[in-house]
Amino acid sequence: MTENTRIRMMSFSLIFGFFLMWEVLCVLLNVSDLVLPRPSEILVTLWVKFPILLPHILQTLYSTLTGFVLGVIIGTALGVMVGTSKVAYAVAYPLLVGFSSIPKVAVVPIFVLWFGSGTTPAILTAMVICVFPIVVNIATGLATTEPDLEDVLKTLGASKSEILWNVGLPRTMPYFFAALKVAITLSFVGAVLSETVASNRGIGNVMMTASSNFQVSLVFAGLIILALLGVALYALFSWLERRVTGWATRGNDITIT
Amino acid sequence: MNIANHHEQAVDAAQKIGSVSNRYAVELQAASVVFGKGAEAVTALSPTSLKMDAGDFVALVGPSGCGKSTILRLVSNLIQPSSGVVLVGGREAAAKQLRIGMAFQNPTMLPWLTIEQNVMMPLKIVPPFKTTFYKDRKGAFRDRVHNLLEQVGLKDFASHFPWQLSGGMLQRSNLCRALIHEPDLLLLDEPFGALDQFTREELWQILQDLYLDRKPTVLLVTHDLREAGFLAKRICVMSARPGRIISDETVNIPQPRDIGMIYSSEFVEMTQGLRELIAQVRK
Repeated sequence: MTENTRIRMMSFSLIFGFFLMWEVLCVLLNVSDLVLPRPSEILVTLWVKFPILLPHILQTLYSTLTGFVLGVIIGTALGVMVGTSKVAYAVAYPLLVGFSSIPKVAVVPIFVLWFGSGTTPAILTAMVICVFPIVVNIATGLATTEPDLEDVLKTLGASKSEILWNVGLPRTMPYFFAALKVAITLSFVGAVLSETVASNRGIGNVMMTASSNFQVSLVFAGLIILALLGVALYALFSWLERRVTGWATRGNDITIT
Repeated sequence: MNIANHHEQAVDAAQKIGSVSNRYAVELQAASVVFGKGAEAVTALSPTSLKMDAGDFVALVGPSGCGKSTILRLVSNLIQPSSGVVLVGGREAAAKQLRIGMAFQNPTMLPWLTIEQNVMMPLKIVPPFKTTFYKDRKGAFRDRVHNLLEQVGLKDFASHFPWQLSGGMLQRSNLCRALIHEPDLLLLDEPFGALDQFTREELWQILQDLYLDRKPTVLLVTHDLREAGFLAKRICVMSARPGRIISDETVNIPQPRDIGMIYSSEFVEMTQGLRELIAQVRK
């Protein structure tokens, strides 16, 4: 426990030190706040503008989470299909890799063309960007399930779906959560990306507008908000992961002895 | 289809009453297994015939790679014969859902479940238990699991996870999982292979007690001749790959047997004979 506290302290000092250094360097080198505002300025901007920023924060959160949830549902369904059948794995993989190699910036204009600017392209971009890691991880988890574990149920006369529910999917949970942690941060990237290009709401749009008005500290305030939201969601899924897949990491919190 | 279902229900009903005649007798009729095709084909099992009455306890011994496990996988319907027929309870193994208990050399406990949940797994899958699983898992089924765990000395470990248990404890749980749904056919694939001598002998006695208690049909694959001699009623010796059965002997020692017996001259003589036989076929 003391070890844990120590690591947390160190982690905190690292973050604090980073901002302190930033502040000190800005003052020492006399950097213009039009180029790089000091953290203290950013904090003040954040505090003063927070009431105006809040609806945008909620908007970005909404787009991100909606896109993420859709992405998880679609990704899981595709992953199960691809992972349970060797043929589907071989057939669908090239197409999936092809899709995933497309830079997601490139699909935003297409979504805008189809659905107009606003929330819809943000949600869709967030979704598209996070589907692939989920598909790959679920498929890998299912495809690498030890045949021994499946044999246990097969000898009992279990059906394919019983094997999937009792062995395949639980076995895949660590992969799934690893994918979720990647996917949630990617969803943020997707949603903000789309907002900067085609929306009049959301943090991405705020940053875009602020930068064209030379409100540099507001741009950085937006960055800080995004970073905080990302960390918060990541932490949420890490916590969930520990609860659900403690068996895989043999975490101390589930030891009964 | 309807008629077949009807018949199955009748068989199940008869089993519940405990009628011995409906239990699973096992028969292999010139069953062979070939993996792969053409030039790359590998014969895992030459045409082999084996007959087991219901309630019989047969041990399969032989050099490694001779197809012992293949026979088990045939009987459990994990694989189908390339030629010949495998009959369980008078019908082809693939033709119906069998109530089989199987334990592998590797304990294969599901790591995300506690020992209790692992042992309970067959009750979730096998009829008629599965129909009341969600009703009984906290009551009758849990008691049943705990009773069995107590018999093998694992009472205090029900809520532990597999990685918290030693190899011997895992093998005991493995045995419990193979037995929890009261199978009429028990297939054991070197279940005590990786254990030390003392734990092994202890588990032999536990298995003997459990066998004599319910008298399922048992097919045990092992490379330990003393294990075969101590537990089985019949010992079948297989030749080197591609295997077939070259000797089928009855062990004329009444059950229950005492563990000290394995050091008696009579027993040593028998295992010596088997040993020489296997040494010959290995060449």
